[in-house]
Amino acid sequence: MRLNLQEPITELGHKVYDLHLLMTIVCGVIFVAVFGVMFWSVFVHRKSAGHKAATFHESTTVEILWTIVPVFILLGMAWPATKTILAMRDTSNPDITIKATGYQWKWGYDYLKGAGEGISFTSNLSTPQPQIRNEAAKGTDYLLEVDNELVVPVGKKVRILTTANDVIHAWWVPALAVKQDAIPGFIRDTWFRAEKTGTFRGQCAELCGKDHGYMPIVVKVVTEEEYAAWTEKKKAEQAAAADDPNKMYTVEELAPRGEKIFAANCAACHQANGQGLPPAFPALDGSKVVLGPQDGQIDVLLHGRQGTAMASFKHMSDTDIAAVITYTRNSWSNKTGEVVQPSDIKMARE
Amino acid sequence: MAAIPGGADHSHDHSHDHHPSGLMRWVTTTNHKDIGSMYLWFSFAMFIVGGIMALVIRAELFQPGLQVVDPDRFNQMTTLHGLIMVFGAIMPAFVGFANWMLPLMIGASDMAFARMNNWSFWLLPPAAILLTGSLLVPGGAAASGWTLYPPLTVQMGIGMDMAIFAVHILGISSIMGSINIVTTILNMRAPGMTLMKMPLFCWTWLITAYLVIAVMPVLAGAVTMILTDRHFGTSFFNAAGGGDPVLYQHIFWFFGHPEVYIIAIPAFGVVSQVIPAFSRKPLFGYASMVYATSSIAILSFIVWAHHMYTVGMPVAGQLYFMFATMLIAVPTGVKVFNWVATMWRGSLTFETPMLFSIGFLFLFTLGGFSGLVLSMTAVDVQLHDSYYVVAHFHYVMVAGALFSAYAGAYYWLPKWTGHMYDEKLGKLHFWLSLIFFNMTFFVQHFLGLAGMPRRIPDYSLQFAEFNKISSIGAFGFGLSQLVFLVVVLKCLKGGEKASAKPWDGAEGLEWTVPSPAPHHTFEVPPVVK
Repeated sequence: MRLNLQEPITELGHKVYDLHLLMTIVCGVIFVAVFGVMFWSVFVHRKSAGHKAATFHESTTVEILWTIVPVFILLGMAWPATKTILAMRDTSNPDITIKATGYQWKWGYDYLKGAGEGISFTSNLSTPQPQIRNEAAKGTDYLLEVDNELVVPVGKKVRILTTANDVIHAWWVPALAVKQDAIPGFIRDTWFRAEKTGTFRGQCAELCGKDHGYMPIVVKVVTEEEYAAWTEKKKAEQAAAADDPNKMYTVEELAPRGEKIFAANCAACHQANGQGLPPAFPALDGSKVVLGPQDGQIDVLLHGRQGTAMASFKHMSDTDIAAVITYTRNSWSNKTGEVVQPSDIKMARE
Repeated sequence: MAAIPGGADHSHDHSHDHHPSGLMRWVTTTNHKDIGSMYLWFSFAMFIVGGIMALVIRAELFQPGLQVVDPDRFNQMTTLHGLIMVFGAIMPAFVGFANWMLPLMIGASDMAFARMNNWSFWLLPPAAILLTGSLLVPGGAAASGWTLYPPLTVQMGIGMDMAIFAVHILGISSIMGSINIVTTILNMRAPGMTLMKMPLFCWTWLITAYLVIAVMPVLAGAVTMILTDRHFGTSFFNAAGGGDPVLYQHIFWFFGHPEVYIIAIPAFGVVSQVIPAFSRKPLFGYASMVYATSSIAILSFIVWAHHMYTVGMPVAGQLYFMFATMLIAVPTGVKVFNWVATMWRGSLTFETPMLFSIGFLFLFTLGGFSGLVLSMTAVDVQLHDSYYVVAHFHYVMVAGALFSAYAGAYYWLPKWTGHMYDEKLGKLHFWLSLIFFNMTFFVQHFLGLAGMPRRIPDYSLQFAEFNKISSIGAFGFGLSQLVFLVVVLKCLKGGEKASAKPWDGAEGLEWTVPSPAPHHTFEVPPVVK
């Protein structure tokens, strides 16, 4: 039952918090004064109390006064507001630069510069479906939990570049006092410097389609030592997960991996049972594209379908795309027995 | 049908001499009162449809988790609720008031373009059918929010095209209505009624009509660009083709911000008629009201990007739009002060129209103040696209425009029907609306401050309590509106006979004709001293 902005954990956040409080108080005082006068009138100048109407209907002095005085009040408000916004937009000299990419419906993070450079992962909602469908008790962080958090060190200036893959999203973490639209085809930036460690949660703020409410942002602020350890671990994981592009896989090797990718990227629309939600989101079970030539399906995954919600998935690795295609061609009633190899995807890209 | 010179007998109703009766009377009518009534009934019907959609939204948000609709339907509901309420309910309601009352207030026999008036109205039902019917087509209705931001709008199915077409039709209708209003006010005033003697309602509509003519074509252009991006291979809003998604937002809000005042300014006009009548004292600062309204209208063109503080515009742009936006507080403040000064030392009574006007004044000002908070760029970056914004614009649109429309409806019902409405039910309607409105929307400020984004079908547990309160309030508010329907139906059927001037403090030419106003009035213009 919070009545005010979330407790800020950045210097800028404190400024915004105080500015909002100041504005609310000033507005509140004026509101009480104006409607104090009105309610005085309502109770005293009523006909039932025998009050006779006066006849005045203008007063140049009063009218000039109540035009000029608000101007000065506004000027007084504009000063702190201007200072805050100038500080907010100063993204120069960051310690770490991270690109946040909005996808329908998850976030991708690429550590571009500073400690942790080269780390890259996607961040999906981790709340299980049964909780959303009221079949299981909801956890404390219901809808505000992800599989991979954005990890940043405390006390460092972190610059976030925002962009998007499909439609406009917005990267919003209230405790950091940060909200920046993520616009496909353009890069915008914002920044924060967390003053304390902890986990801070936010959400996509710009309507981005069906699962707009299901793409949270979780930022984990850690000490510098913890951050160093995390980057080491993450880099090692990434190296281990790197795939040999020329390896030839079997269905048994690729399909389980494809199933995981399908659950994280495709099931929101096409559904875990492959039946989709026609007509907006077509079924893959028995689909002509899935059962047809491989090239057709590869093309759809790499380039999306213009004019539909089907986005391009070309940002995924060759092996991941090969795995998910192999999975769809060998699941439900689809029994092609075919394997799409990472090398096929690589060829299609060229 | 020309007025017959010398036919000064107002009470003589000769409509049925040369008019078809039954349904065809309404289809072919060119009478401003008939058309006004049709606008008002249409807008009330749309208000119910949009209201039911709002209740679907609030039912889904009653508790965390998905219960009532799936997320895609939820987005369709928010989109259609917005489009229908703005274009189908509030705008036609005030055009209805304009049709009924402007000729009566300026002593004209009818609107300037009587046939075009008929056409302006009859364009509305097809648009309404397109919007509501789009729920049934494959892929469902547009689900991009009423602002229709691309590239999301490019992904939608045929429901989106239907919405675009509906917006085109509604735009044509409002432009024709506005041309009619401007011409009527400028050319058909009774002898002696100078512009500065017009009732303030006429002034507010004159200014609003210019706003409509200026910005509706801009909206039509924006949605047409979406249409060609969708189907004809253009890329106005697609970066891959050299376009820019943000361009749409600039064009849309260049329409969208004046649109806010297209809705609010006629509401100011109604309240400026009602408050003096029940204060038994002339409107304070008539001239400054006219100037303040004009200033608001002009300023409304230069503040549009305060809806877009988070798109990443240069900081100089953010500062400019912040200062310009704050400036609007000055003329708005002047209006509020004038209304309070009108009541000051009056002889006040509190019939339903006055109650709704005071409710308007109190809650609209609250919405104005939350607008001032939002004008601060740094604060807005926190609150943009949160429930704080939802609360803010419902204070302006519902407690502002809707309450004022109710004030006007109760004020003029005796003139329209010839009967007094049921005062007890009217007051019940007001108090229920006031309580449930605040229950629904006041708590949404807290939700937004705490970080709940708008347009989500499901939310984390910290937001549960206030959402529950808001949903209960919404259902209470929705049901309370049926009281109004009962009042109107009772008033149409019978009730105490209304005199020509049922309100002792009311002023204006509309009170010089009998109640109900006969089919033809002012066939010979009155002379205003």
